[in-house]
Amino acid sequence: DSIDAREIFDLIRSINDPEHPLTLEELNVVEQVRVQVSDPESTVAVAFTPTIPHCSMATLIGLSIKVKLLRSLPQRFKMDVHITPGTHASEHAVNKQLADKERPGL
Amino acid sequence: MAAAAAVEAAAPMGALWGLVHDFVVGQQEGPADQVAADVKSGNYTVLQVVEALGSSLENPEPRTRARAIQLLSQVLLHCHTLLLEKEVVHLILFYENRLKDHHLVIPSVLQGLKALSLCVALPPGLAVSVLKAIFQEVHVQVDRHTVYNIITNFMRTREEELKSLGADFTFGFIQVMDGEKDPRNLLVAFRIVHDLISRDYSLGPFVEELFEVTSCYFPIDFTPPPNDPHGIQREDLILSLRAVLASTPRFAEFLLPLLIEKVDSEVLSAKLDSLQTLNACCAVYGQKELKDFLPSLWASIRREVFQTASERVEAEGLAALHSLTACLSRSVLRADAEDLLDSFLSNILQDCRHHLCEPDMKLVWPSAKLLQAAAGASARACDSVTSNVLPLLLEQFHKHSQSSQRRTILEMLLGFLKLQQKWSYEDKDQRPLNGFKDQLCSLVFMALTDPSTQLQLVGIRTLTVLGAQPDLLSYEDLELAVGHLYRLSFLKEDSQSCRVAALEASGTLAALYPVAFSSHLVPKLAEELRVGESNLTNGDEPTQCSRHLCCLQALSAVSTHPSIVKETLPLLLQHLWQVNRGNMVAQSSDVIAVCQSLRQMAEKCQQDPESCWYFHQTAIPCLLALAVQASMPEKEPSVLRKVLLEDEVLAAMVSVIGTATTHLSPELAAQSVTHIVPLFLDGNVSFLPENSFPSRFQPFQDGSSGQRRLIALLMAFVCSLPRNVEIPQLNQLMRELLELSCCHSCPFSSTAAAKCFAGLLNKHPAGQQLDEFLQLAVDKVEAGLGSGPCRSQAFTLLLWVTKALVLRYHPLSSCLTARLMGLLSDPELGPAAADGFSLLMSDCTDVLTRAGHAEVRIMFRQRFFTDNVPALVQGFHAAPQDVKPNYLKGLSHVLNRLPKPVLLPELPTLLSLLLEALSCPDCVVQLSTLSCLQPLLLEAPQVMSLHVDTLVTKFLNLSSSPSMAVRIAALQCMHALTRLPTPVLLPYKPQVIRALAKPLDDKKRLVRKEAVSARGEWFLLGSPGS
Repeated sequence: DSIDAREIFDLIRSINDPEHPLTLEELNVVEQVRVQVSDPESTVAVAFTPTIPHCSMATLIGLSIKVKLLRSLPQRFKMDVHITPGTHASEHAVNKQLADKERPGL
Repeated sequence: MAAAAAVEAAAPMGALWGLVHDFVVGQQEGPADQVAADVKSGNYTVLQVVEALGSSLENPEPRTRARAIQLLSQVLLHCHTLLLEKEVVHLILFYENRLKDHHLVIPSVLQGLKALSLCVALPPGLAVSVLKAIFQEVHVQVDRHTVYNIITNFMRTREEELKSLGADFTFGFIQVMDGEKDPRNLLVAFRIVHDLISRDYSLGPFVEELFEVTSCYFPIDFTPPPNDPHGIQREDLILSLRAVLASTPRFAEFLLPLLIEKVDSEVLSAKLDSLQTLNACCAVYGQKELKDFLPSLWASIRREVFQTASERVEAEGLAALHSLTACLSRSVLRADAEDLLDSFLSNILQDCRHHLCEPDMKLVWPSAKLLQAAAGASARACDSVTSNVLPLLLEQFHKHSQSSQRRTILEMLLGFLKLQQKWSYEDKDQRPLNGFKDQLCSLVFMALTDPSTQLQLVGIRTLTVLGAQPDLLSYEDLELAVGHLYRLSFLKEDSQSCRVAALEASGTLAALYPVAFSSHLVPKLAEELRVGESNLTNGDEPTQCSRHLCCLQALSAVSTHPSIVKETLPLLLQHLWQVNRGNMVAQSSDVIAVCQSLRQMAEKCQQDPESCWYFHQTAIPCLLALAVQASMPEKEPSVLRKVLLEDEVLAAMVSVIGTATTHLSPELAAQSVTHIVPLFLDGNVSFLPENSFPSRFQPFQDGSSGQRRLIALLMAFVCSLPRNVEIPQLNQLMRELLELSCCHSCPFSSTAAAKCFAGLLNKHPAGQQLDEFLQLAVDKVEAGLGSGPCRSQAFTLLLWVTKALVLRYHPLSSCLTARLMGLLSDPELGPAAADGFSLLMSDCTDVLTRAGHAEVRIMFRQRFFTDNVPALVQGFHAAPQDVKPNYLKGLSHVLNRLPKPVLLPELPTLLSLLLEALSCPDCVVQLSTLSCLQPLLLEAPQVMSLHVDTLVTKFLNLSSSPSMAVRIAALQCMHALTRLPTPVLLPYKPQVIRALAKPLDDKKRLVRKEAVSARGEWFLLGSPGS
């Protein structure tokens, strides 16, 4: 069985939102259609949609997703976690932080 | 003569003097028991002991005095029953006097008084005088435990006398108890206070003092020292203190502020204890006690439920609110008094209402839970809350448009509706739900048509709850509901959970409203089935096929009422006849699906004797007729008929017949057995429908293998009969079965015959006939095992007979088990024998089941384990290398099925063997061992942690095994390893995390899933909060 979008989505759907009693799936922060994966090329791209454009937790949510993927996917995968274009006020800054390899703990 | 007697008497007196001297001056402990024993046996009197002690009791040296009194007290403790009233009076006077003595003497004095307090001969008035003396004289808190014992003894036997002391007794006790620190004493002291209150001793003006002297220990903060020999647990103290505090409403004015203060504290255990104590108090309090504290109590509880991160605090908070409301609902009021319940509930509503309108926010659920806890307390509270909340939630449902929001709202609504079921209304017209019925129905139907599965699911559950309210739904509502359920019963694969819920709801509601379902659902399903039949005839189309399956399941799901069964069962049976007539291209899966539906229907009929008999009487002859017809030799072999004789199809029929038989009453079963046994033994087909067959049915005599396969159906029937049903022609039947079981033509029928034989053997009463059957069986087995073509059949027979006997603790079972164990080293049968142990230990589904009235002793596994595991282990060590795996496999099967508490004490000795089994190349052994180890890791982490190094290495090795099942099990064990104490694991963390990266890239998804969860847990090891 090759790794597909469904499997990636299963990994991240049950992450809890830091502010709500709900999961990222229940809040529609992550959706299966926004997961792009290519097993042969070893790439994963996950776009997530903050609940509101000024959501202060966007970076934390993004990092949660990223850590979960880092821990759960084979090392060969190159992963990209970013905000769904046009859904957050400081989209660029958050994406930059998420792509920062120097961040401790990653 | 007289002189001789005097000498004899004097000699022991001399001995007594010696013993007393040894004890008092010689400081030896032994003589005390000796003297006590002698007094008890009548050699000396107590008076003689006092005389012997003589001047030591008055000795100016306090140590000597203490020693002398100690001896006397010890004698009294043993011999208080022998004392006369006169002696008691003197002794009491003496001891009371001694209470004024030196502090070294006091402990012995108290021991003596304790002995005297047990005396039946104690004259009235002395108890009071002893207690007064103790209260007055004992200032040094020396031996309080003895004082408590004296008080307890007196309270038990001289309640009236003590009560005559009035509040002085209470006051005296308060002084004694003041400043107590020893947990052992506290347990006794709390018990005394509880008795003071519950037996109605006068507390006088000392209520507050009594409260203070006990409540100062609240909340209990006590950790027993390691290796505490007294075994007092924190929980013991908590419960006994709680019993005191919650024993009287007179403590309320002092206790409630204390509880509020402690709930507001930061300490989790204090919060829990306070909430639980409040809960206990509500059982004895009334409105009067609670009145002034209600606002603060509510504020504290609300805060805890809204803010806490601990589920236990939340649960205790809700429980306390529930009891508070129940307490307020209980009080009888004067006509002019203010009803506190109303104002309390309106407070709750005011604080929670607005949160219910924000289904996305965190506080919505805590608010709903608080309201539901209050509403669950009494019918009055329920009415009041429901009439406020229902309109609000109905309105909110329409205001919010997103499915997830609606689901939250409907789920809350469901919670409130469920509470309604707790209260029955004598007058249905007064039911608060009546006014909302139409709105509720339309809302539920809206949910049932929503695209969101989650919302549909809640909708189905709500519909079930509404339907359970007697006479709430109108016929029109039901008709609509049935329509929706029909539609939902045919949902596609991806909303499986919804379809299952709809089927379950149909079953529940059909039992309540059979008419609505038989007139609106059953005809539609019948039509659907007909369409399905014609589609099958035209060949398979996947969607139609699954629709057909849904229809079969819906038919069985709805068969929860006898009148409905009478319509649905004929439909299914008719459908089977259609298959048999060869009108359709039937596959075995179709027939199996029908059988599964029939079995579910049979299960639903079991509870109702009338339905059960109807089902049995209708379905079984029909199934047998179909099978017999299929087994008839034919000129042109047809594929269709062969379907009915396939292993899986017969197994499905077996489960239908078994289920339809187990719950029959013995009388009806006896009626049925007189038809079915002759059918198989004599070919008597007269009771079957459509019974004109081309040739005779002779499964035992005839050579046709088709007919012999039907022995499985006979087995299903006779092995499910109640034990006291007599089976006709039993002797002949058993011999035929035995013969067939070792006939080598077809493994299916020989196994069925062996199982049938074993099933009958298990139920047969002990006696000569049973011994004969057993002898026959043993001879047959031995003859077969010797050599020749029937070895494996003989082995199967041995296995089943052994199982039948192991289950009922028959003495012969150990002999047969030994035979089986011997076969482990048989080159041909060894592996099968190893697997046989799995069969011996597991529960069968068709024969030898408890449901089928077999004799199954509860502890048979434990017994098998104790009797046979040593031999297995020994056999393993003695066996040659090539058959060792067989022993390991057998052993791991036995251990795997054993209840874990039995296994744990044996674990240290068996563990090394289990670890060895992990290195065994056989996949089955590996898998079985892993599944045995996994729960042990969870339950006995301490023992397992000794072997952490081996475990980590072996599990990681097996996580790359070629077998997927082994890889999965190994990773589950890696996951379970995280339950071991963290310090043991931390050294392995980096290595394990690195190693688990590999299975993350496994080619199988199920393996990856286990790797992800195991690796995730290892990452969290040692992090804060874990």
